[in-house]
Amino acid sequence: MVGGTNWLRSLALHSILIAAAALMLLPFVWMLTTSLTPSAEILTPSLRLWPRTPTLQHYWEVVQAAPWLRYFWNTLVVSTASALAILFTSSLAGFIFAKYRFPGRNLLFIIILGTAMIPFESYMIPFYLQMKALDWINTYQGIAAPLLIMSFGIFFMRQSIMTIPDELLDAARIDGATEFYIYRRVILPLSKPALGALAILAVQNAWAFFIWPMIVTSDRSLFTMELGLAMFQRAFTVDYGRITAGSVITVIPVLIAFLILRRSIIRGVTLAGMKG
Amino acid sequence: MASVNEPARELTAPAPVAHLGISRRTLGVYLFCYLGLAPVLVLFVYLRVIPIITTLAAGFYNWDMIRPIRVFLGLGNYIELLRDPNFQNALSNTAILAAGSVILGTVLALGLAVTVNARITGAPIYQLIYFLPVVTPWVPVTVVWKWIYDARYGPLNQALAALGIPGQAWLVEDRLALISILIVMVWKTLGYNLIMFLVGLNNIPQEYYEAAVVDGARGSTIFRYITLPLLKPMLLFVVVISTINAFNVFTPVFMMTSDIQGAAAKLVRTLVYDMWENGFRYFRVGYASAEAALLLLIVLVLTLMNMRLFREDR
Repeated sequence: MVGGTNWLRSLALHSILIAAAALMLLPFVWMLTTSLTPSAEILTPSLRLWPRTPTLQHYWEVVQAAPWLRYFWNTLVVSTASALAILFTSSLAGFIFAKYRFPGRNLLFIIILGTAMIPFESYMIPFYLQMKALDWINTYQGIAAPLLIMSFGIFFMRQSIMTIPDELLDAARIDGATEFYIYRRVILPLSKPALGALAILAVQNAWAFFIWPMIVTSDRSLFTMELGLAMFQRAFTVDYGRITAGSVITVIPVLIAFLILRRSIIRGVTLAGMKG
Repeated sequence: MASVNEPARELTAPAPVAHLGISRRTLGVYLFCYLGLAPVLVLFVYLRVIPIITTLAAGFYNWDMIRPIRVFLGLGNYIELLRDPNFQNALSNTAILAAGSVILGTVLALGLAVTVNARITGAPIYQLIYFLPVVTPWVPVTVVWKWIYDARYGPLNQALAALGIPGQAWLVEDRLALISILIVMVWKTLGYNLIMFLVGLNNIPQEYYEAAVVDGARGSTIFRYITLPLLKPMLLFVVVISTINAFNVFTPVFMMTSDIQGAAAKLVRTLVYDMWENGFRYFRVGYASAEAALLLLIVLVLTLMNMRLFREDR
């Protein structure tokens, strides 16, 4: 290829990619800009990427108007509980489905995978009634309940554990190890990368969950960040300075986690995609 | 696969239990399997199977969340649903959002994926930026987009004004509200589709392209006869996932157009929104369950249709 056309082609490709990147980023830029703009300036017809007189006023008001740290803590509790439960159930069931044959194995596996395609939204009403019967409305258990198991997690761990050689397990058995000991001391340590990817996926799912926490909690002290922000919007409908400041507060932890773990997060998401 | 009754492996010399023909070792393994699976299965049955079956059954009843009297209706709820203007509106809105987001989301993501994949410098940075909306939860995203769409002071209309185009009533006017939601949905999911396509593109052996270039094939020919056919499994996957996600859309329409969130907007009623309203605002458990069952059926049929569509013309 000739150097000149290569250079032109590269310029054209970058122009497309930069334009698309700008469209992806602009809403975030606006979130930040508006949150730093004095109320009077927001409501004047002007198009600015940076406020004339930036202010932290909205942040002071927002921090006093809602217990964001509490919301953050609640979200953390629910996501951690969800991730731990999913890691435990997925690795144990994945191990058993990967390495053992027993009567009923295929049927049980089909039952578990069969529910994977059915979205939670379609059965959340009976789910709510079950939580009500348990008296779990307005509790952490209630918020986390739908997030304790993940069909895909079991499938994913099974695929991953299948690649661990049987000889390792047999060697442990000859040394007198029980099956549960093998799970704890052989399978779990060798599955660390897979467990990490699954944990990220589980936390991400739990963190962004909105419709269920909204249905199952009315007690403000149990709100997750998503729910807290939604209620905040309800209270300050068109006070855009404040609600964008609230949005920035809820987005910051997510963006920090994403920038630190970007490789694992992107890989986790693509792994989840492989189930198709 | 071997017969399910066959033990996985015999390590110690089998000490057969005479009347069953199963070694003690095997019984121990079975016990471990069932004990290990028991908690997982209990959770699955209680958190998935029971509510799903209850939903399917409840659709045939007149069941009010407040008064615990259930009356069998047969297909009554379904007949009422088909005549319900809210349901019709929800169905058509959801179908439009699904079709729009699947087509736009797939085509745009595929175009970008091919561009990013062209061994360009800075590709990881582009991926990172396109992925930002995917990892950002829906609620803050909708808060900002609602402000962007604000008819009086919102940045979008300000930008249009700067270009000499009159401002639009984005979330207020019927059709525009639907388009506004569609734009946000595509914006939010584009990065996900893009990453999936990149994975698919990376799985295509480089030799195929080299052979095609040696044979003198042009870019468009290569795309049509090599890239597209080999990308088909991933294309199917993205289309199926996008369809399922689009049919379950709730948070953006709730946050941006519901009266509950205090919006000066025209409600874009979707199936899940309508279901949520019937169930949790009007407490009509049976009616909402019938709607949920229809949603399930639609998603199932569409998924199967997609699979046929993408497999047949091989």
